[in-house]
Order: sequence, then C-alpha cells, then structure tokens
Amino acid sequence: MSGKQSITQLNQKAVEIRRSIIKMLEEAGSGHSAGPLGLADIFAALYFDILKHDPKKPEWDERDMLVLSNGHTVPVRYAAMAHAGYFDLAELQTLRKFGSRLQGHPERTKLPGMETTSGPLGSGLSQAAGMAYSLKFIDQIDQRWAYVVMGDGELNEGNIWEAAMFAGKYKLHNLIGIIDRNNIQIDGNTEDVMPLENLRGKWESFGWHVQEIDGHNIESIIDACSMARAIVEKPSVIIAHTIPGKGVDFMEYDYHWHGAPPNSAQAKQALHELRTMKGKVRGEHE
Amino acid sequence: MSEMHLTSKVGHDDIKSEPIRKGFGVGLKKAGDADESVVALCADLTDSTQMSLFRDAHSSRFVQIGVAEQNLVTVAAGLSAMGKMPFASSYAAFNPGRNWEQIRTTICLNERPVCVVGSHAGISVGPDGATHQMLEDIALMRVLPNMTVIVPGDSLEAEKATLALAEKKLPSYLRLAREATPVFTTENTPFEIGKAYVLHQGTDLTLLGTGAMTYQCLIAAKQLAEHGISVEVVHVPTIKPLDDKTIMTSLKKTGRGITVEEAQVAGGFGGAISELVTSQLPMPLERIGIEDQFGESGTPTELLEHFGLTAPHIAKKAQDFIAKMPQYHR
Repeated sequence: MSGKQSITQLNQKAVEIRRSIIKMLEEAGSGHSAGPLGLADIFAALYFDILKHDPKKPEWDERDMLVLSNGHTVPVRYAAMAHAGYFDLAELQTLRKFGSRLQGHPERTKLPGMETTSGPLGSGLSQAAGMAYSLKFIDQIDQRWAYVVMGDGELNEGNIWEAAMFAGKYKLHNLIGIIDRNNIQIDGNTEDVMPLENLRGKWESFGWHVQEIDGHNIESIIDACSMARAIVEKPSVIIAHTIPGKGVDFMEYDYHWHGAPPNSAQAKQALHELRTMKGKVRGEHE
Repeated sequence: MSEMHLTSKVGHDDIKSEPIRKGFGVGLKKAGDADESVVALCADLTDSTQMSLFRDAHSSRFVQIGVAEQNLVTVAAGLSAMGKMPFASSYAAFNPGRNWEQIRTTICLNERPVCVVGSHAGISVGPDGATHQMLEDIALMRVLPNMTVIVPGDSLEAEKATLALAEKKLPSYLRLAREATPVFTTENTPFEIGKAYVLHQGTDLTLLGTGAMTYQCLIAAKQLAEHGISVEVVHVPTIKPLDDKTIMTSLKKTGRGITVEEAQVAGGFGGAISELVTSQLPMPLERIGIEDQFGESGTPTELLEHFGLTAPHIAKKAQDFIAKMPQYHR
C-alpha cells in the first residue's frame, strides 16, 4: 500500500472492518462472528501496513503471500480487502449468497487476491510453507514473505504440526505464522476441548521463533511482524492474544458466537457500540 | 493393431519386464531436465518411489517431506501457488489413502496443478499385506472434480504419462505398481492423456483393461482366439476423463464388455465404465477386479491367482460371460 497510515488511522480501519463484518453477517443470516471480530485489528494491520500488495493487481508477482488457514473467519478478510480497494464495499453484502464471489469459506478461484481455498482446518501452514520454500530455495528471492493466519482451535490438527516440523527443518525464515489465540473453539474453551498449552514451548521445540502479543494492539502487531522479518535463522510465529467477538460487548469472550451471526436487533446494537467506540477501540477492555 | 506399435514379444516368455514405477522415475527426471518448474516431493520413500533419479539430477528441486502425507500434498499445493509443477509421491495406501481431504480442497477445488503419485498400488504389492495393498485409490480420486486419473499399462507408458502430466499442468493422480510387469508398448506406441487405445481387434466381446491388467487381457485374447472366440482389447490408461468415444465404439461393435483392474471394482475402473455404459447404451458388463474385500500377504503371483487377475482366469470368465450373455444391440 502506498503511504503508511498512523496508528490512529489503522485503529479507525479496524472499526470500519468490524462494522462491515456485522453488516455482512446480518445480511447473510449465517456465518461466524467471534473470530472475524477478534481478527479485525490484525487484518487492518496486515492490509494497511504490513503486507506488500496492490489491490489493483492481485497477482502482482512481487506481492507478499497471505494464507488464511482458518477459512471460517474469512468475513474479516473480505472486509479488509474491500476497504483496501480490491472490490466495492457493496459486494460485501453478497456474502454466502448464490452466485457470490464471497463464498462462505474462501475460494481462490472465485476471488482474485485470495491465494488459497480454505475451510477444512490445518492445511494453511503447509501451503504457506510450500510458498516460503519455493521463494527461499528454488526462486531464491529475498524480501518476499509468506504470512499465514491460523486459529488456535485449528492447532488440534496434525497437519499443522507436520508443517511446523517441516518449516523448522528448512529454517523458513520467510514464513510468518500468526495465531489467533482467542481460547475458544466450537465445543468450548480450547483448554477444555484439547489443551494447547504450553503453546509457546511447543513452537519453540519445533524450531520456531515465538512472540506473544496483544492481538488488538496494532502497534504491537506491526512491530512483531517487523521482528519476525528480521529473524533470519528460523520461521516465526506470533501468538496474538485476542478477545473473541472483540468490539461488541455481548459477543466478547462467548464461544456461542463462534459460529453464529447477529440478528437484526443484535446487529443494530453491535453497530451502535462500534460507532461510539470509534477511534478508541484499543484500550477499551485493557 | 499395427499403428499401436506393440512389441512383437507379446505372449512370449522373453518379453521384457520392468516395474511401472521405474518408467515414472525416468519420465520425472526427463521432465525435470526439460522444465525448471518441475519439482518433486517425497514422504521418506525416495528410492522405492523411484524419485531418486530426479533427486540426484535436480537436488535443489527435490523436497524431502518425511513421513507426513498430509504435509506432502499441501506443501505441494503451496509450491504450485508459486508457479511450480510438483509431483508428490508416496505409497498409494497413504497418498491418496491418508490425505484425501487435502487433495480435494488444496489441489482440486483450489485448482492447483499437482500430480499426486501413488506408488505400490494394487494387490501385487504382495508380502506387505492388506494395509499396503491400495485398492480404493481409483475410486477416491476419480470422484474429485478437476482431477485427471492415469493408470499406465507398463513402464514405458508411465514415462510418457509423466512427461505428459508435467506438460499439461493439471491436478492429477498417477497410479503406479511395484512389481515388474511386461513392457508391451514401445517407444512408438502413442500415449495421450484422455485417450483409450484399441490394441487388438475382435467381434465377440470387448475386454477393457487398465494398468498392468491390459497385458493380461492381451494374453487372454490370444488364448480365447484358440477357442475361436474373437475378443477386442481396449487399453484405458486414462480413467478420468474417459475416452467415451473409443470405448463406446468398441462396445457397440461387440455388444458385450468386461473390465479388468487391480483395484476395487466398486467405484474403480469397472465402476467408471459401468456409469458410462449405463448412461449411453446399457448392455451386459462384467467387472473383474477386487470385490469388496481386502488383500493379504503372499507373493504377487499367488495373490493375482487368488483374486483371478491372470490371463487364464480372465479367459475363463470371458467364456462364461459369452455363454450366458447374448450380444447386445446387434
């Protein structure tokens, strides 16, 4: 993106992305609320600061690659892409509808810029690792990065740890994982369903550089990615602690919102909350 | 048929035998020589899947994955996203036996050209037993949209198929066998993805073979000729997309068909031909292959005998079938 934005502007983008998510999900009548809202700050940081990309040239051959492994959170990516200029905001209202490019789970072949088709959990890290491997060892291109966003419940999948071992072996320094550590999955809290801790220790033991950040602090997100790019001997993972449903009081921390959309009254309330929080999302619950 | 340029040794004891997977190894190395986008990934079976030729010639484009078949095909999909043409190999029991969903989502639906190479497929794997005798792979792969499924008949054809797949850059499945089997084609025998080939003309019955079973069909046809039965042999190395025209032309001519494969007939090659015949011109069709069972340990010869996948068994079944089923549409 041309011209860096201030942190205040990025926080504002995150609010706009959240508002779009609420509107899309209300219109769609199905879909996931908690994950996308929790990832809004990370996606604002990615699309408006971190990624090298061009919304007008989604296939630009110098772009950074961004893989969304937990495909069910795709409303946040659709919203971020629309706000970044990949397509009109109006198209967001076609989410999950027949004939839409915005499928319930993302499809690369339908929407330019999507990079991979995902939804079934656990395969994004491997694909990003394949991209990073190609750049590092075959194409030998520096300064191009493969980013991958993963959910925490998704880390139950064995495929993730196969990829973690692979990236560790080949020291894929150009691979940067971001884990949405919101502690919920469909059946409840991650530590009840299938404990992930010691999560930092797990990644470290697989040969990764690990950072833990507040996933709602945009400055921290940008700094952590910058640090990850500076690590040359290891792949990097950023454990971003987030609040599921962030920004909407009645959704926050409640795993029941994992796979549910707001009805119109709830959407109205959510939009009101987000509107009044403009410019001060950060710090609201800290 | 003369334009098929089969070896003159068909039916002779001194016909050259070679594992089909060996032709794949040669073809992959050649594909790598010709095209820098070709990369190879293996799940800890580099020698037995015959990827070692490629690894030794193009080490920078060979990726060792370890025993991790889900990672095998998804890393391949990632390489494909960067413009590469990956061949991802392991034993068919695990690839595509274990990683079907990843193949479905990240290769087929994602439309990424990756060739999934399933080595050591079929009952003829032998002593390793049922766990390693992959019989359901054809069924698993041919139901996937965007997927091309190739089962070469011999080593030379495997080489040609590998080169063709490297050039076409499609999501594909290449099924290979472990044991040495007769090389009945020659350098001049045509191979094209999506084509079936009439190898022997006949009028009483069509034997449709895929993989190494085609050679057994050719021998069965010779044996049946001695009994005055005229059998047409059609070799079908591409199970998806099927060459409807060649197959139906032959079946319309003979009015009866038998499919032969070293796989489960349910959903397999026999299943594919049944679907075609049912939709175009329903007629009596017998399916020879594995019938809803698992294999067991034994020598390849013992197992092929036991499951009726040798020329004498095929000839006997053909005789019985002809005796009980009138020719259709004559």
